[in-house]
Amino acid sequence: MKDGVNGVALAVFIFFFLAVTVMGFLASRWRRAADEQSLDEWGLGGRSFGTWVTWFLLGGDLYTAYTFVAVPAAIYAAGAAGFFAVPYTILVYPLIFTFLPRLWSVSHRHGYVTTSDFVRGRFGSKGLSLAVAVTGILATMPYIALQLVGIQAVLDVMGVGGGEDTNWFVKDLPLLIAFGVLAAYTYSSGLRAPALIAFVKDTLIYIVIAVAIIYIPIKLGGFDEIFAKAGEAYGQTNPATGAPRGALVPGEAGQWTYATLALGSALALFMYPHSITATLSSRSREVIRRNTTILPLYSLMLGLLALLGFMAIAAGIKVDNGQLAIPQLFETMFPDWFAGVAFAAIGIGALVPAAIMSIAAANLFTRNIYKDFIKPDATAAQETKVSKLVSLLVKVGALAFVLTMDKTVAINFQLLGGIWILQTFPALVGGLFTRWFHRWALLAGWAVGMVYGTVAAYGVASPSQKHFGGSSEEIPGIGEIGYIGLTAFVLNVVVTVVLTFVLRAAKAPDGIDETSAEDYTADAGDKGVQVELPPATAGAGH
Amino acid sequence: MSHTPDAPRASEGKPPVVTPVRVVIGLCLIAPFVAMLWVGSYAKVDPAFIGIPFFYWYQMLWVLVSTLLTMTAYTLWNRDQRARNQRARTSQNGGESA
Repeated sequence: MKDGVNGVALAVFIFFFLAVTVMGFLASRWRRAADEQSLDEWGLGGRSFGTWVTWFLLGGDLYTAYTFVAVPAAIYAAGAAGFFAVPYTILVYPLIFTFLPRLWSVSHRHGYVTTSDFVRGRFGSKGLSLAVAVTGILATMPYIALQLVGIQAVLDVMGVGGGEDTNWFVKDLPLLIAFGVLAAYTYSSGLRAPALIAFVKDTLIYIVIAVAIIYIPIKLGGFDEIFAKAGEAYGQTNPATGAPRGALVPGEAGQWTYATLALGSALALFMYPHSITATLSSRSREVIRRNTTILPLYSLMLGLLALLGFMAIAAGIKVDNGQLAIPQLFETMFPDWFAGVAFAAIGIGALVPAAIMSIAAANLFTRNIYKDFIKPDATAAQETKVSKLVSLLVKVGALAFVLTMDKTVAINFQLLGGIWILQTFPALVGGLFTRWFHRWALLAGWAVGMVYGTVAAYGVASPSQKHFGGSSEEIPGIGEIGYIGLTAFVLNVVVTVVLTFVLRAAKAPDGIDETSAEDYTADAGDKGVQVELPPATAGAGH
Repeated sequence: MSHTPDAPRASEGKPPVVTPVRVVIGLCLIAPFVAMLWVGSYAKVDPAFIGIPFFYWYQMLWVLVSTLLTMTAYTLWNRDQRARNQRARTSQNGGESA
């Protein structure tokens, strides 16, 4: 790491950040609605976004600090094992293709805005709906934490605070700045700001990716050279574990882990509150299917970015904290001004999704917990106030994850969120296709999955951390190491199926299903399909 | 391997639920799962492509392959739906599923 502050890079970085902040504040005037105090306005941008903007928002789910920092860092640290992100994003699209159009249809028939809404309508169970809402909020926190870690890494490399031998305040300064900027920015302009900034963000990111994957390999002497050096580095023994650092290709033992991580992450991605909100705001169910045929190209970029991890090794970057590898690579390889552009891309690329995620989690709280359980007769202004407050609390929760978990393997933040959110899959996706599952069985399955997943993740130690040190554990009964989230999910399904048989035999009362078979195939223009969904909470009946 | 409960269709329609076209659609959507989750089939270094080990370029190639497969599924599905809607209109009974 270069000593001191990188002035030029920092100046460019601050320039972009200021530009984006000004845009954010101006955003509140963009297509402004009559009532600024309504939650609809703050939380859904007045729902005036067309398909184009919607998909820019969705792109934010893919291009986050996960793509730019966590995945290449995982590759930098261990090689092939980190590349599971590519099959993960490949598998996402056939899944979306199969189940999201059904969710779109039923939601637009009944005015559902969140997954909790749907689960309550389908199974007539407030308890199950609450479980889904709580899980969504909880699982979003570590995902936001990952974004904070990304911003922190960039600030750290630029020389703002950081370092191990300083006092705690200076050391955590980048994190505190990242948190402050995110909080202020979300609080003031709601979803409008991230939607507008998404354009700037994607443009910056494309430029940086294009330059990075062409310029850096040329400078390093081609991919032959890069992989030769990387292979050498992975062969060396890691003093902490006594095993080789990693491998260019997963060995026999690592293949289960690789496959389960890819499948588990793919199943989890579109359960997150923010992905669902963005999907539901698309114009028709056709738009969703059409987009699944184009979006995979994002995955190609992800793969190319992942290769940056090898380039960091070949370039001789040596960092203890893997998250710093890519920012450090940029600082070493690029002229200072372009390093500043790259840092701004990473920083804004983390800020926008973090804002979208915390808003989605806050909406979920207000609509499915505050309105359903605490204050059913809340006014629109009260709802907005609660949502804004909760969006802050969610970020404080994220901060707690950053401070208590091992930051050197940031990808674990996302995987931990995945363990939890996956447990809502049987109720949601199962519910989209069949009403056979019993609501109490689903609730029991969810509880078993949550408890198993959390306990198992808590028990994983890493060289630097006693608990929550990883996301993979031996699969009971198979003996291979696999993603905890997927094991918990399978347990969840087994419990749900067995209990459904029992409860059906015992004739336990089934909840009321307010949906009908044709609701799941209705498209825009059909009878009873609402083009615009009702406001997230503002008093509209459902 | 736990394939998801959302198998391509759980239909309740009047025309035959499983048709050759729908089988092809299903195969297009399942193929990426088989290819990607069978890690042993591609966990090797050779043959390398412009210096990139097989393991990496093969998976990136699958991004393109799966895109083509999803596009095929999309086109076939639309054709299938249009045909069924027409039949449904003549017999005044719709029972499609997605």
